[in-house]
Amino acid sequence: MDFFAKFPSMSRGELRDFKKSVDGSFSEFTGEYGEAIEAFFDPLLWFLVWFEQLLLATPWPIILLIVGALAWAGSRSIKIATGAILAFIAIGYFGMWKDTMSTLAIVSVATLICISIGIPLGILMARSKYAQALVTPLLDIMQTIPAFVYLIPVVMLLGIGKVPGLIAVCIYALPPIVRLTNLGIRLVSKEALEAADAFGASYRQRLFGVQIPLALPNIFAGINQTIMMALSMVVIASMIGVAGLGVPVLRSISNQYLALGLLNGLAIVALAIIFDRVTQEYGKRLQKHRHGDHL
Amino acid sequence: MSDIAISIKGLYQIFGKRPKKMLSYVKDGISKADLLEKHRHVLGLKDININIPAHKISVIMGLSGSGKSTLIRHINRLIEPTSGKIDVYGEDVLSMSKGELREFRRHKVSMVFQNFGLHVHKTVAENVAYGLVVQGIPLNKAKKNSRKWLERVGLEEFENCYTSRLSGGMQQRVGLARALATDADILLMDEAFSALDPLIRTDMQDILLKLQQELQKTIVFITHDLDEALYIGDSIAILRDGEVIQQGDPQEIILKPNDDYIVDFIQDINRGRVIRIRSIMIKGETVDGPNFNHNSVLEDVLPSIVKSENHKANVTNDSGDIIGSIDLKTVASAIARPAVEKSAETSYR
Repeated sequence: MDFFAKFPSMSRGELRDFKKSVDGSFSEFTGEYGEAIEAFFDPLLWFLVWFEQLLLATPWPIILLIVGALAWAGSRSIKIATGAILAFIAIGYFGMWKDTMSTLAIVSVATLICISIGIPLGILMARSKYAQALVTPLLDIMQTIPAFVYLIPVVMLLGIGKVPGLIAVCIYALPPIVRLTNLGIRLVSKEALEAADAFGASYRQRLFGVQIPLALPNIFAGINQTIMMALSMVVIASMIGVAGLGVPVLRSISNQYLALGLLNGLAIVALAIIFDRVTQEYGKRLQKHRHGDHL
Repeated sequence: MSDIAISIKGLYQIFGKRPKKMLSYVKDGISKADLLEKHRHVLGLKDININIPAHKISVIMGLSGSGKSTLIRHINRLIEPTSGKIDVYGEDVLSMSKGELREFRRHKVSMVFQNFGLHVHKTVAENVAYGLVVQGIPLNKAKKNSRKWLERVGLEEFENCYTSRLSGGMQQRVGLARALATDADILLMDEAFSALDPLIRTDMQDILLKLQQELQKTIVFITHDLDEALYIGDSIAILRDGEVIQQGDPQEIILKPNDDYIVDFIQDINRGRVIRIRSIMIKGETVDGPNFNHNSVLEDVLPSIVKSENHKANVTNDSGDIIGSIDLKTVASAIARPAVEKSAETSYR
């Protein structure tokens, strides 16, 4: 009866040895390849630092102007552009300008990385059901595994710093763009594709002339989601040494600074709303052809 | 006899997991129902042999599920056959490599679709230019070159609209212009007008006939509508359950249906408005009475024949020479429907 009362598990010693061997072999791997991998990511680090310095070195009125111009270019809405400028003025007034620039830098770079990996991956998934069967569970893991769990090997491998932070953000923010690119391409109407085939379109002509343009609204929704998720990772990324709005939030958790935490948290929210509204409006403009009234 | 543009020989299409294996059963004469029940394969097309003449409109007609849309997709190989041979102007379509097939589709054959198949993210002009863009012509030049087709279908003022702003009939005119713009000789039209309402459909048929008079394309036209088939077809092939059951001159199909299914099919047509006097005339005879062109339909000649003294009339060719004659009796018997012994089971509708 003892058998049913307690689940037959590995003995304590066996389990310890198992964990030890996993830890040991990963440590070995780190020792062997850690530096090479770090060197591999050096250009990324260089780019991130350069971009952050650029944002910090640019006089604030110019940044405000650029923010307003970009918001207007994306949304074509005076309301959203004005709102964006006012939000940045408030952020600056409450002393969070520097941290906001750092956050902007890492979110922008992470988004660029996610787009450049995610869109091709999504296209591959749409093309082959095997790729889809392989990648889908990976995306599930990336989205659901607690961020702290993959922070451990990343930190073991690359130490504390900007690059591991960036990688952590990318792991978390990549899935939506991959999924929505795949979905968008798969949703393209069979008729539109058959017409392309019937006129003798090559694979490239089909992809770039029909599939991607028709999937663009979905791809854009994916980019929007990726940006949102990258922003929400800012606080966790700051635990492993990424500068930005997450750092004061962490500090206020450990010291119970209500006002500091609230202000920085709201700054993240403000950035999120600006990014979201601008990209959504842009996405809507991309599908203006769908809202044609019949003559 | 005009040249053969497309020749289809012994074409079979079987849908399922192991079509090649099923082919021998089908050739041994297994029925469509048995194939489905015993082997879980669907017989799409069975031993199709059709010659499609150049520069004519050939209609392939059948009810839904008869395999007509499947058949037309074999001509440009959008669907691979299970077995058979397809030659287009002497070129074996099935042995073409991927690249050759692309070139073939770009230059030799174009297509119009039932649900238009337009690209909603492009403007009307960009859609019409699509075939040329695929050929590698830069967009602006392609738009310029294809503009005359946009004008021919009367849509030049909508060139910068997105297609979703157009009505169904206008969208199909875009589809037609797109297909014509590549200058391909062969035009495949898959139920091209079936999705349109009746008035617009008649309009489109007239547009097509008018264009055809001048362009002399080789058109393969799929439809389920007998009136449409009779109106535009130079020849008709009737398809049932994946088999051609009769093909030939539309007149012949109406006057000499070789199958109960076809008899049933032609029940409801207005024979007086479809049958032409050339198909029922007695050749070489000259009678005392009025003259009619050989392409006149019965309805047009009937009143004068009834009025004339001896109830007879002469048939003339296009240059006005008398080539034969008709009388009231032949006209009346042509108008009378062939008798059918019809029970509930043999009705196909």
